Amino acid sequence: MVTLLIDDKKIDVKEGTNLLRACLENDIYIPNLCYIKGMQNPPASCRLCFVEIEGEDHPIASCTVRVRDDMLVHTDTPRVRRLQKTALQLLLSVHDVDCKNCPANRKCGLQDMARFLKTALKSNRFDLFLKKNQVDQSHPFLDYYPNRCVLCGRCVYVCRDQQKLTELTFAQRGFNTVIGFFGNSQTIPPSCDRCRACAEVCPVAALLPKREI
Amino acid sequence: MKDLGMNLALSAEEKSLLELITPELVKIGKDRSKLIPILQLIQEKLAYLPGEAIHMVADHLSISPSEVYGVATFYNQFRFNPPGRNPVKVCLGTACHVKGGDIILENFERKLDIKEGQTTPDREFSIERVACVGCCALAPVTVVGQTVHGHMQPSKVEGLVLRARIEREKQQREKQKNESSE
Repeated sequence: MVTLLIDDKKIDVKEGTNLLRACLENDIYIPNLCYIKGMQNPPASCRLCFVEIEGEDHPIASCTVRVRDDMLVHTDTPRVRRLQKTALQLLLSVHDVDCKNCPANRKCGLQDMARFLKTALKSNRFDLFLKKNQVDQSHPFLDYYPNRCVLCGRCVYVCRDQQKLTELTFAQRGFNTVIGFFGNSQTIPPSCDRCRACAEVCPVAALLPKREI
Repeated sequence: MKDLGMNLALSAEEKSLLELITPELVKIGKDRSKLIPILQLIQEKLAYLPGEAIHMVADHLSISPSEVYGVATFYNQFRFNPPGRNPVKVCLGTACHVKGGDIILENFERKLDIKEGQTTPDREFSIERVACVGCCALAPVTVVGQTVHGHMQPSKVEGLVLRARIEREKQQREKQKNESSE
């Protein structure tokens, strides 16, 4: 066990836990989008879970650090909040904000984040960059909405590490990156239709099952 | 999703080429770090990566086809459509871009009813965008096959496509004639 001080709150956690998990389990909320409980190597792709650790020059994504004894952590500093707001705006710059018509409305990761950071759901200084294709229906069991997707990678993670299916992957790159797959109704196993883990972990309803069970 | 040319069936020649690759895969081994060299090898032989090849590589390395697909789409060097008999390369380098190269690209796309990176179903044409072909004074430039066409205009696009189609027809007629006279 190690003891650390987070925002003047003393907590004891098991050695080797990652800092984000330690905070979340002790009721200290840190914004996060791509992290799933139990992840061994979080991708740190959402860039939201920044904290300041004393002794470090810059804020660090908390999901990438392991707890140390006598660590001094601050989760609510101006530098941290600035980075988090920027990260959210960057995510929103490739996100089609159309909450009224979105099934994730009121249970959306981005809405939660904006509420917590007290910012609007706007990309502000960043240009909006949307893909032409509104929906990709080529998967036999799933519909994919590229303009909702924030590429957090949770679906890819659950498909690979929890379901051992590896049907989903990141395809292409840069601004064109999408969640993709390869195959058709003949080659994709029917277990994929029953699983739906990917759609369940999606924070923004970018992956939806074609039919309800 | 990137169009994978799945509508284009493998030709008999490509099938036999793909079969010839199987023994080479055994030589390369099953380590997943060999994924990119294998994809490069296949593209070297077939000039593109057909869907069948993706499945073949996935089976060989015991990884899912989606993983192979993810890697292959990441790199620009891999293509998923066979090059057409008349590969159309539209230059979108700085000079051509300024001179409206994107309009020429759009014209080809509309005329041939395919998008950039795709191949017509008869495999006659494929469209690609290139960064610079080195003759900016002729901008906007398009290279069809081995021939460079400078000062492109929308009206020229129509002519080029038509000419290539007529020539193809002529060739086929002569071939038929030769066959019937033999």
